[in-house]
Amino acid sequence: MVMGELSQETQVAVIGGGPGGYAAAFRAADLGLEVTLVEEEPRCGGTCLLRGCIPSKALLQTAEIIWDAAEAARRGVRFPIPELDLVKLRAWKDGIIDTLASGLDRLAKKRNVQIVRARAVFENAHTLRLEGSDLTHLTFQHAVIAVGSEPLSLPGVSLKPNGRIMDSTGALAVHDIPARLLVVGGGYIGLELGCAYAVFGSRVSLVHRAERILGGVDDDLVRPLVKRIGGLFESVRLETEVEALREDADGVTAVLRGPSETREERFDRVLIAVGRAPRSRGLGLEALGIATDEAGFIRVDGQRRTSMPHIYAVGDVAGHPMLAHKAMREGKVAAEAIAGMPSAYDVQAVPAVVYTDPQIAWAGLTETEARRKNMAVKIARFPWGASGRALTMDAADGLTKILFDPESGRILGMGIVGRGAETMIAEGVLALEMGASAEDVALTVHAHPTLSETEGEAAEVFLGSATHLYVPQGAQGKTPPP
Amino acid sequence: MEKVFRLPDLGEGIHEGEIVEVLVRSGDLITEGQPLLIVETDKATVEIPSPFAGVVQAVHVEAGQVVHVGDPLVTVREKSEPAEELPAAPAPPAPTGVEPAGAAEGLPVAASPATRRLARELGVDLRRVRPSGPGGRVTSDDVRRAVEEAKTSERPAVVGGVAPPEAQELLEEERIPPVEGPPSPSGMPEGAPVFPAERRVPLKSFRRVIARRMADSWARVPHVTHHDGVDISELERLRQELNRQTADPARHLSLTPFLIKAAVAVLKEFPAFNARLDEARQEIVLKAHYHVGVAVDSPRGLVVPVLKDADRKSITELATELRALSQRARSGELSPEDVSGGTFTLTNIGALGGRGFTPIINYPQTAILGAGKARLEPVVTGTLDEHTLTVRLILPVVLAFDHRVVDGADGARFVNRLKTLLEDPRLLLVSL
Repeated sequence: MVMGELSQETQVAVIGGGPGGYAAAFRAADLGLEVTLVEEEPRCGGTCLLRGCIPSKALLQTAEIIWDAAEAARRGVRFPIPELDLVKLRAWKDGIIDTLASGLDRLAKKRNVQIVRARAVFENAHTLRLEGSDLTHLTFQHAVIAVGSEPLSLPGVSLKPNGRIMDSTGALAVHDIPARLLVVGGGYIGLELGCAYAVFGSRVSLVHRAERILGGVDDDLVRPLVKRIGGLFESVRLETEVEALREDADGVTAVLRGPSETREERFDRVLIAVGRAPRSRGLGLEALGIATDEAGFIRVDGQRRTSMPHIYAVGDVAGHPMLAHKAMREGKVAAEAIAGMPSAYDVQAVPAVVYTDPQIAWAGLTETEARRKNMAVKIARFPWGASGRALTMDAADGLTKILFDPESGRILGMGIVGRGAETMIAEGVLALEMGASAEDVALTVHAHPTLSETEGEAAEVFLGSATHLYVPQGAQGKTPPP
Repeated sequence: MEKVFRLPDLGEGIHEGEIVEVLVRSGDLITEGQPLLIVETDKATVEIPSPFAGVVQAVHVEAGQVVHVGDPLVTVREKSEPAEELPAAPAPPAPTGVEPAGAAEGLPVAASPATRRLARELGVDLRRVRPSGPGGRVTSDDVRRAVEEAKTSERPAVVGGVAPPEAQELLEEERIPPVEGPPSPSGMPEGAPVFPAERRVPLKSFRRVIARRMADSWARVPHVTHHDGVDISELERLRQELNRQTADPARHLSLTPFLIKAAVAVLKEFPAFNARLDEARQEIVLKAHYHVGVAVDSPRGLVVPVLKDADRKSITELATELRALSQRARSGELSPEDVSGGTFTLTNIGALGGRGFTPIINYPQTAILGAGKARLEPVVTGTLDEHTLTVRLILPVVLAFDHRVVDGADGARFVNRLKTLLEDPRLLLVSL
């Protein structure tokens, strides 16, 4: 080491201050370990807090208010046309981020987790070289890699700062409400942001290369959303590829190749939301021999150890699903493993939520997956048209469905479409983790009138005891014992 | 049709092993005889071939897991079946399989997160616990009961269905060769607690077996060790001369085959040292063959490959066979056959130095011969008044034996005879 360089030692070095990283750092500190968290950005929180979950939910919640105000006319309440003050909206959204980010700093301080603002690269198996900070080297006994993922772009398309072609980060900054917005990608990010901009007043065109949006999600859950965006978006074009994007001073020309024709169209802005890739490059992993797979995800075991047993990886960089709550659990497991606890990432179900309106949430086995694996399952559906609460919320197109093991009645998966799905899915996740059966959920009293009743009633559909839905005996579900 | 392939009987009384590597993934097309997994047992590391051809539907085990004979390893759909669409990704590491009542094949054991954590803490494999809850759910009480049952049973690792705790989560830890140690703790203040204060390393298959065997032998056998120094100057001259005449250095003879040959000659004269005490029947079983185990320091620990019928092989043949066995021992390719059936053991620590040591008998054998590092030593011969001082090459030897079977005087006689043969190669020649 060169004289004058500043070096420091720590028991646990956490690289990345997103949900996976801070969960690992805080848990490790709570278990009595000395922790240093290296974050290259000025604030902790990662993609989730700074340019993902939290700001997108701030925008979507705002869109929901505007939507509801317009819909209220049906029940006899008329609001004036809403005006959007973008400066205020941005400030409110950024204020939420500030509150949460400074909260993380305070939590770190209280736990004696030292945060170093720097970019970290592995110099050897026990040393990180830090770039951009006075501290140049950090030696560690254990490390947790939690560097996350980044948006993918289209081949040949490079994003300019503040350009008209944006990724999710640019869209969440809400520079303006473009008159015409092209959304490339029918995954959850494109759909969520497309919905928000559409309600804010953009004419949104969505192009998606596959034949249906939200690939892998069950058809009956996606259908109400397809119907909604059919009216909300100017167009939804499936099996359509973006051949070229040309940005100029006052717009973007897009060459869109659909199944029948190739067209050139003008847009004010383009949002590219075609997926995310793990940020495993540039960390010096190759030199250490830490194994990654073809997609760039770091290979980990049940404790989230990499091929180098004192180095762990959690969150998006360690594999799908790229979700903050999965990262947080992984971070805790890694911290506990470092502290010598017999922890393992053995979750039965990671819930997924699409925050469109209607929301879609699912956990455990999906119908699509059951079909693909040719598994014997029984599926019970409770349409929200039979729920009093759903009707008062104008949410009759919602659906709750549960997948059961036909023999034991054990719950294998749950899917929900409709408002409030984000919260309701928790009951399904708990049921899956507990190995609960149809009886367990059916015999649990659900408050009336609530949307959660639809979960109890779906279990009753399986058992043939649903109250608010008539299912001919034997037609669905099984007959109760005499 | 789907077929579940279970861990077959590997012979030699082996009923458990540790999965070292799973060579196939769900969705793989496999042929009959294709290796599916590598399993490390008490005695050797073996590849388990597939008895049928088809498509792997599910893999029920993962590396590091301890499996018992009869445990499901993989489910294979036979080739004649119409090809189903296969899962794109390997199934999550969900435990599957051993009849958790109520849970269909392929489902994880029904147990709450708290119960699963308890099972990990207690080192219990949930798939091996009898469930008491509705629908085959395993409760925390079931897990605790499994531990109690295991404690009261004779073979806890097998009978009670509880995997040894060390076989659980930590198994991954030693799989990878240790990386270089942390850089020198220059900035660490004196007396600062060094983390970790202690490190828990699981006793893995080989180490576990060595630990069990050694403790067993030490606890059962009253060991006597008889030490002496053998003048091998003449033998060494002969050996060097022979090696000079052999162009290929790979074929050079070491001292070990000479020691084996001499030991076998002495064993023929003292059959009680080539024997086993049958405690149950209170009989000494005198062996009719001379299978000499040779301790080898392998990367995974001590292994003892056996030279079968050492009495019927020449020194050159023994040397060739020993080279092959040592090579297989170091690369972990010994078969169960290679390491079984020994009647007497030789441990030659010479290369590593030392004045002397007391080896532990490879129970149920009766004796073990140890050899240390030969050194040039001053030797005085003659009478008290008339003597000469010479420099000779002296090999420290030690015989450890079971005092229940033989007495100290027998041990001394054994070593004396061995000494005679080694000191005069001509005598060794005529005793072959």
